[in-house]
Amino acid sequence: MKDKNFEPKHTISILVENKAGVLARISGLFSARGFNIDSLAVGETDDPTVSRMTIVVKGDEKILEQVEKQLNKLVDVIKLGDYIEIPHLERDLALIKVKADKNDRSELLQIVDIFRAKIVDVADHSVIIEVTGDEDKIEALIRMLGSFGILEMSRTGIVAMARGNNSLTI
Amino acid sequence: MEKTGAEIIVECLEREGVEFIFGIPGGCNLPFFDKLYDSKIRLILTRHEQGASHMADGYARSTGKVGVCTATSGPGATNLVTGLATAHMDSIPLVAITGQVRTDVIGSDAFQEADAIGCTRPVTKHNYLVKDVKDLAHVIREAFYIASTGRPGPVHIDVPVDIQRAKIEFSYPEKISIRSYSPTIKGHPLQIKKALELIKAAERPLLYVGGGTILSGATKELRTLAEKANIPVATTLMANGAMPFDHPLYLGPLGMHGKYSTNTAMQKCDLMISCGARFDDRVTGKLSSFSPHSKKIHFDIDPANIGKSVAVDVPVVGDLKTVLKELNDQMPEKNHKPWIEQIKEWDKKHPFSYKEDQGKDPFIKPQYVIQELHRLTKGEAIITTGVGQHQMWAMQWYPCKYPRHFLTSGGLGTMGYGFPSSIGAKLAFPEKPVICIDGDGSFQMTMSEMATAIHENVKVIVIILNNYYLGMVRQWQELFYKERFSASCLTAQGGRRTKENEPDPRSLKYIPDFVKFAEAYGALGLRLTHKEEVEGALKQALDSKVPVILDVIIHPEEKVFPMVPAGAGLDDIIVDMA
Repeated sequence: MKDKNFEPKHTISILVENKAGVLARISGLFSARGFNIDSLAVGETDDPTVSRMTIVVKGDEKILEQVEKQLNKLVDVIKLGDYIEIPHLERDLALIKVKADKNDRSELLQIVDIFRAKIVDVADHSVIIEVTGDEDKIEALIRMLGSFGILEMSRTGIVAMARGNNSLTI
Repeated sequence: MEKTGAEIIVECLEREGVEFIFGIPGGCNLPFFDKLYDSKIRLILTRHEQGASHMADGYARSTGKVGVCTATSGPGATNLVTGLATAHMDSIPLVAITGQVRTDVIGSDAFQEADAIGCTRPVTKHNYLVKDVKDLAHVIREAFYIASTGRPGPVHIDVPVDIQRAKIEFSYPEKISIRSYSPTIKGHPLQIKKALELIKAAERPLLYVGGGTILSGATKELRTLAEKANIPVATTLMANGAMPFDHPLYLGPLGMHGKYSTNTAMQKCDLMISCGARFDDRVTGKLSSFSPHSKKIHFDIDPANIGKSVAVDVPVVGDLKTVLKELNDQMPEKNHKPWIEQIKEWDKKHPFSYKEDQGKDPFIKPQYVIQELHRLTKGEAIITTGVGQHQMWAMQWYPCKYPRHFLTSGGLGTMGYGFPSSIGAKLAFPEKPVICIDGDGSFQMTMSEMATAIHENVKVIVIILNNYYLGMVRQWQELFYKERFSASCLTAQGGRRTKENEPDPRSLKYIPDFVKFAEAYGALGLRLTHKEEVEGALKQALDSKVPVILDVIIHPEEKVFPMVPAGAGLDDIIVDMA
C-alpha cells in the first residue's frame, strides 16, 4: 500500500457559471471517487455571472488528473487551474473563540501579535480571534491557543491565486 | 405571441425536427401532453419509462439524430435513469423531459416528488431544472446542442408543472452560444503530423476502432485510411459495422470475447491507432500486459479519455471525421502484406467456431441461428441486443455491413435494452428488418413493451436464445465458482442448481411460455427446438405482418468462446474448453 501521507495536496481553482446546482456537479465528481474535499471556498468574482471555487484535495495522482479532466468537461465549468506546480499564494481566514479570563488576556495578546492576528470580540470569559494566513500559520496558531481552551472555530477554507502574470480569468 | 410553457416545449421540439417522443403521461407533465395532443410529433406511449428511454436511444443510435423521451415527476423520472445511464456510457444523444412538482412545493416531499436532477446528474452530460418559464426555450435549444455535439450524450430537462402552465411572450432563440462549452473539432496539425510519421514508419500497424467512429460519421474516412495505408481494422463491440464485414481489411471484433486473431494482432502490432475507442477494460484485459510492443496513437474527441487507462504516444483530440480527413490527405500509399497474411494465419488457426451438438436429441446451436439470420438478411439488418451470452454471440456471428446497424448497450451493459431499442429503430426505419437478438433473462426485463409494439404496429422480431439461465452468469459460475449456479437458473426455486441435478431444459416448464406470451399480445410466437426448424421460422418471421417472438431453446451449458477471463491479459485468451 502506498502511504497516504505521500499524496500531495492539490489546490484547484475553478471559474464556474454562478448558477444553482454547479457546486453539486463539482463535488459529485469527487464524491463518486470516494475523495474527501479538505477545503472548499466559493464566492462571486468581479463578474457576477461567474463564481470562483477553490478546492483543496489529496488523492491518487492519476485519479486526480482524471477528476480535473472531468471537471473541465462540465458544461458549467469555464476554466480550471491546478496550483501544484505554480508559485502562488494561499489564504485561509479563521475565527477562533478562546476561553479567556482577565488573567489570560495579556498572554493571549502576545500570541495574537506574533501571528499578526486580531482580537475582534471580548466577553467576560472568552475572546474571538481573527487570523488570516496560509494553512501552516493558522494550524500553528490553533496549536498555541489549545492550552487556553478553544470553544468554537470557523474557517473560510483556502482561497488561492497565482503570483505575477499568471492569472485565472475568462 | 404569448405562449404557455407547454406550448413552448412542443414548439421547440418541433423546430428541432423531433419525429418521435417516447413516454408516459402523469400528474406533473399533463400540460405538456395536452399540447402534444395537437402536435405533428408522433407520440409513442410506452408501458414503462425505461422502455421510453431505450426506444429513444434505439432511434438515436440508428439515425444519428437526438432521441427524445419524457416522463412525469418522481417514479416517472427515476424510471428513466437506467436509460439515461445507458446512453451516457455509450455517448448517445438523448433529450429527456420530465415533469416536476410545482416550484412552490419542491423540497416539501410532495406527492410524486423526487430530486430528479439530483438523480440524473451523474448519468447525463448535462441537466437543467427550469424555474422560470422565460428560460425554457433557451434551455431546450441548449439541451439539443449539448446532446448532439462534441462527445454526444443525454441531457435531462426537469420542468415543474406550474412552469408548463405559465405564460410568457415567446420568441424563438435562433442562436445560442455557451461560453463554457466548445468541443474541439479540428485536430492539432502538429499532432496529426506526428501521427502521420508513426504510421509511415510502422511495419505492423493495427486500427483499433471504437463506437466514436460511428458517432462521428467517420466510417468512410476510416475506410480510406485503412485502404490507403493498408492497415487492418479490428473493432470493439460498439463499432460493429464501422467497416463492412466483407471488406478484405476487416479482421473482426476485439476484446474479452473477440477473435483470437484480433487480440493476437493487438498484442503483436508495432503501432496501434485507436479511433474513437476508450481502452475499455473489456477490450484491454490486464493493462500491464496490453499491447506491450506498440506505439500508440489515440484519436478521441474527449480529452478526458486520453491516457485514462493506457499511456499513448500521440494523442489527437478532435472530431474523428475531421481529423481523419486531414490525415488521409497527407497519407502515402503503404503495403503491409506480410503482416496482414500473418493475422489471416492466426485467424485460420482459431476462427470463430462451434461444434454441432452430438447428443441423441441435439439442441439448436445459438451461433447457427445467428449465422442463418446473417445469411438470410445478408448482414444488412438492424440488430439490437440485450446483455450477456447472446450479445456476444450476436457480435461474433452478425458482423454488420453498415454502421448504426448494431445497437447494444456496451458500456453500462443494460439487460433489457434490446427489445425497446429495436422498437425505436424500427420506427425510424420501417422498411428495414429490425431484429432483437435477446436472452431469456434480458427479454423479461422490458418485455412489457410488446404492447407498445403491437399498438404502434412495429414489426420487430425478437429471437430469444433461451437457455433457461442468466447464461453469462452461469458461464462465470461454471468456470470460476465451482459450478455452483446460485440464482442464475430461471426455472428453479431460488435459482439454485448444480451440474449434477441439471435436467434437460426441454422437460421443464419455462415461465412465462414465450409463445403464449406472444399470442396474448397478438404477436406471432414460435418455439424452435430443432435445427431443421430454424431457416423456415426465420423466413416466416421476416415476412410477418405482426411482431414476432422466436423462442429458441438452446443448451444451458453452451458457452461463449474465445474468452479472456476478467483480469487476465489478452495473451491468456481461452480459445475453447476442449
